[in-house]
Amino acid sequence: MRIAVCVKQVPDPETPPSQFKIDEAALAVVSPPGVPPVVNGFDLNAVEAALRVRETLAGQEVEITVLSVGTGFVMDVMKRPLSMGADRLVLVDDPSLAALDAVATVKVLAAAIRHTGPFDIVMCGRQASDWDQATVPLGLAEALDLPCVTLARSVQVQDSSVTVERVIVDGHQVIEAQLPALITFSNELGEPRYPNLRGIMAASRKTPETLTLEDLEITASDLEPALKLTRLFVPESGQECEFIEGEDDADAGRRLAVRLREAKLI
Amino acid sequence: MPGILIVGELNDGAPSPVTGQLIAAARKAYPDVTVAVAFLGDDLSFGDAALGALPVDDVYLLEHPRLADGDAGVFDAPVAALAALCREIDPETVLIGRTDFGAAVGPRLAFRLGAAVAQDCVDLAVNPETGRLAVTRPVYGGGAMAVFEFGGASTQVVLVRPGAFESSVTDGGSARVQKFDTESVISEPRARLVDSVSEPRAGVRLEDAEVVVSGGRGLGGPEPFQQLEELASLLSGAVGASRAACDAGWMDHSFQVGLTGKSISPRLYITVGISGASQHMAGCSSARNIVAINKDGEANIFKEARYGVVGDWQKILPAFIATVRDL
Ligand SMILES: Cc1cc2nc3c(=O)[nH]c(=O)nc-3n(C[C@H](O)[C@H](O)[C@H](O)COP(=O)(O)OP(=O)(O)OC[C@H]3O[C@@H](n4cnc5c(N)ncnc54)[C@H](O)[C@@H]3O)c2cc1C
Ligand SMILES: Nc1ncnc2c1ncn2[C@@H]1O[C@H](COP(=O)(O)O)[C@@H](O)[C@H]1O
Repeated sequence: MRIAVCVKQVPDPETPPSQFKIDEAALAVVSPPGVPPVVNGFDLNAVEAALRVRETLAGQEVEITVLSVGTGFVMDVMKRPLSMGADRLVLVDDPSLAALDAVATVKVLAAAIRHTGPFDIVMCGRQASDWDQATVPLGLAEALDLPCVTLARSVQVQDSSVTVERVIVDGHQVIEAQLPALITFSNELGEPRYPNLRGIMAASRKTPETLTLEDLEITASDLEPALKLTRLFVPESGQECEFIEGEDDADAGRRLAVRLREAKLI
Repeated sequence: MPGILIVGELNDGAPSPVTGQLIAAARKAYPDVTVAVAFLGDDLSFGDAALGALPVDDVYLLEHPRLADGDAGVFDAPVAALAALCREIDPETVLIGRTDFGAAVGPRLAFRLGAAVAQDCVDLAVNPETGRLAVTRPVYGGGAMAVFEFGGASTQVVLVRPGAFESSVTDGGSARVQKFDTESVISEPRARLVDSVSEPRAGVRLEDAEVVVSGGRGLGGPEPFQQLEELASLLSGAVGASRAACDAGWMDHSFQVGLTGKSISPRLYITVGISGASQHMAGCSSARNIVAINKDGEANIFKEARYGVVGDWQKILPAFIATVRDL
């Protein structure tokens, strides 16, 4: 069994709002100095799902290939899936891949998957925390003509199918899809495992494989955005907070109740 | 001019609130363009009168057993059926609500048509200079807003955030209602629904509640949520949680408020031990009065809150609840 996991390097989404800065002229987010990027959180959920599949199929050979499209990769960051236990890391790295829209990302990623495949399962995160598009996996499913199940919280593999629990409002659906298939994962799957020392050592010995746009027969015109970013700004809340104080915390709690009552909110 | 196609959704046989919001969005961006709505279902024979009264130009009914309930969570059939309709009527713009259905169907429809797609839009307007459609959407977990302009070369698919527009649906329209045959385009299913488990909760639904009391990582464990339950029931409200509290297993994920959880719009939103990360605030941006209890006076939640108490919830909350009870 061969599993592909698509991961994206993104600015750390836990950057406190006070440090979150935008260069409005460059239409780009400026990461605070010294804060490294991360592998998109939901993509680590997908890596975790792939590792669980491998564990439940003990005795069968399962190869997990991690693929990423972008540029400016920080190797310590991108190797995290390898240190968790993935087998291969394939990077399509080119300066022209810095700010792709979903359509262009799908073109490159689908070509990379075809080039490194075939795969029985393509796994993705539900959305990337930079542009929050939740679009690339659905586009990939179309480009690769795969059945597609979104928002998985668990996956089980049978001979020629997968059974996926899909999160819906106030519950879940159980969906069975034929293989090959594409699945997107959500944090309901559970925390991705921490790499152990052995995993970190194994990852440090591995060299990422790189693919060029030439290898994939992608030209500059394939990367033209269908959607053009024209403005990026931080919305102002304009809210003034009225701080309620008291003699001590309990007193402040009482005063808060009184104040909310005065304001007719309770 | 081919105009706008809205992908409608039905609730108990009537157009859903989101469908009305999409009609409002279409009218706002394109005051003079023809608007059509497509409805999908197993049997829409009730629809001529009910749906024909929508204030739009055309209503298309797409019927097939697999078009009920989003093809039972598989969504292949709606994508195929809508793609066939788009090829037939060639709309300039397709509007879909970013519901569970729309989020799964919209992007696939766009890619099947070779169209451009924009997710989760909260505003749309045609640029008077270029004549092109510009959309505004939250990005970076709600930390920033972005405006994108379509190139205009192909069909454009726009997913609209539920609640971003106020529905302007009035009855008394007289749309042309017609069936659109989808039999030949729906292929063999490659996936199927095996089971559906819903865990409905007693009391007020989080999404509908006028008062919501949410707890975060600062609560330190599952037990304090009982105090939040108590407060919520005193205020006839519902309990919510941050993702950190859900990921820790203190609350089920169905309580999660935020970008990837539920969107709420209460009159009063009380947060306890929540820092106010942009991804959390994305789910409560239409809450009217936010109250924050947090020991860190610098926490972002105080930038969004109307009332705040800086201190330890373990001392503040019991006194607050007792006073609420006595008032
Ligand atoms: C793509 C993406 C999607 C996300 N979606 C969501 C989402 O839908 N919903 C969501 O909530 N999050 C979401 N997150 C996570 C989000 O970024 C934050 O990590 C999360 O909201 C933090 O939860 P918290 O405020 O409970 O925890 P923290 O940020 O750890 O805050 C805990 C707060 O409790 C306070 N505190 C601690 N002890 C006490 C005490 N004794 N008394 C009073 N206050 C105390 C602290 O001062 C602190 O401010 C998402 C993240 C990503 C990357
Ligand atoms: N540049 C990329 N390289 C690899 N995978 C990606 C890339 N962009 C998106 N993905 C995958 O698609 C998912 C959703 O991304 P998006 O549609 O951008 O929100 C991510 O969680 C990844 O699994």
